[in-house]
Amino acid sequence: MQDLLDAFATAFSLLLHFDPDLMEIVALSFEVSLCALAAAALIGLSLGALVAVLRFPGRQLALVLLNALMGLPPVVVGLVVYLVLSRSGPLGFLGWLFTFKALVLAQFILITPIVAALSRGVVEDLWEEYEEQLRSLGTGPLRMIPTLLWDGRHRLVTVILAGFGRAIAEVGAVIIVGGNIAHVTRVMTTAIALETSRGDLALALGLGIVLLLLSLAVNAGASLGGAIAQRVEG
Amino acid sequence: MSGTGTGEVDAILPLDLVDLSYEVRGQRLLDGISVRLEAGPLTVILGPNGAGKSLTLRLAHGLLQPTAGTVRWCGSAAIDARRRQTMVFERPVLLRRSTAANIGYALHVRGVPRVQRHARIAKALADTGLAALATRRARVLSAGEQQRVALARAWVLEPEVLFLDEPTRALDPSATRQVEELIRAIARSGAKIVMTTHDLGQAQRLADEVLFLHRGALLEHAPAKRFFEKPESDEARAFLRGELFW
Repeated sequence: MQDLLDAFATAFSLLLHFDPDLMEIVALSFEVSLCALAAAALIGLSLGALVAVLRFPGRQLALVLLNALMGLPPVVVGLVVYLVLSRSGPLGFLGWLFTFKALVLAQFILITPIVAALSRGVVEDLWEEYEEQLRSLGTGPLRMIPTLLWDGRHRLVTVILAGFGRAIAEVGAVIIVGGNIAHVTRVMTTAIALETSRGDLALALGLGIVLLLLSLAVNAGASLGGAIAQRVEG
Repeated sequence: MSGTGTGEVDAILPLDLVDLSYEVRGQRLLDGISVRLEAGPLTVILGPNGAGKSLTLRLAHGLLQPTAGTVRWCGSAAIDARRRQTMVFERPVLLRRSTAANIGYALHVRGVPRVQRHARIAKALADTGLAALATRRARVLSAGEQQRVALARAWVLEPEVLFLDEPTRALDPSATRQVEELIRAIARSGAKIVMTTHDLGQAQRLADEVLFLHRGALLEHAPAKRFFEKPESDEARAFLRGELFW
């Protein structure tokens, strides 16, 4: 019990003193997840809006697939990305394995379907309300998508935050493709896994607290943002 | 706003609806409507709930495709028909941006260059009494104000034909009066108005001619005065007495 309390005390002291090791890991985690998120937002939002607006044969199947991909098992994504990036894999020549880029790629693959599927829902709701009016004004299919995305912006922030939350808290994929190399691919989740198994509970707990706070902040931000937007924009 | 419309050489009107029918899952909602709408008179489509009023508007405007029959623009500029008409709905669908930006959006979509938009937005706001609301978020305005923004956004496009689907259904009497005033102003500017209503008083206040629909069929097409004084069908007489419910 005393060990546990000591670990908590040390963890808080690391946080309060902005311990450089801890901060480096936190910063790297943010860099990786924000890069993955930027790419996922770009692709995911466009894809989600396209699927929401277009009617094409096989659309129902595409929807099922998209929703299923939301639940991709991270370790499987890690394994596949590993195989693709490994020396003998199709993209082995890039030399990305165990680098920053491999982490970004893995997280990107994990969260793009989430962003796409959730934004599809948001845009489709709007589409039902807007379709006749936009067609009457003469909005062509290509302009529909930015119009709908822009009008759904407040709810899409929540979608983006959900993607970010998933990316930064994920461990299975990044540990496989990144290898948890100090200063290179060691992010919060992989560090927690490593330090826990090595018995350095303080650093693991400190990082765990950061992750928890982050998750709280993301959710609070999402609900607060939504409420404010509702009041301001209607 | 400059009028298009009556008697001009490059017009999309008249509009012919030829034997127009619409079915959903075997149920015939509109049954062989044929009518010619000319430039000029304000046309009110009247009838009880479920008569097919909104459906007729949507087919004429091209939002729906008829099961049978055709919608034919007969004017010399018919090829441009899509761009020369627009519609305002029962519930105004405003974009999540300011009043002025909503009007600007319509101009942007129709390819009006940015340099011309500012002046046209300002004029539309002034013409519709919305100047004071220019920078307000459109979707938090009152229902009546929102409908006026929707009308301003339609009017700024200088349509030759403006379809209105129950534009005052959700409004209180004073907002209704303001919207009717605005509709008259748009008609005076030369736009052909084709609107639906189930409100007899409104039809009498606004209509130059009436199309009376009942259960998907066109029963009468007459000048407003004649329709209200001497309706020809039993259904129209019952409707005018307030005794025809569906």
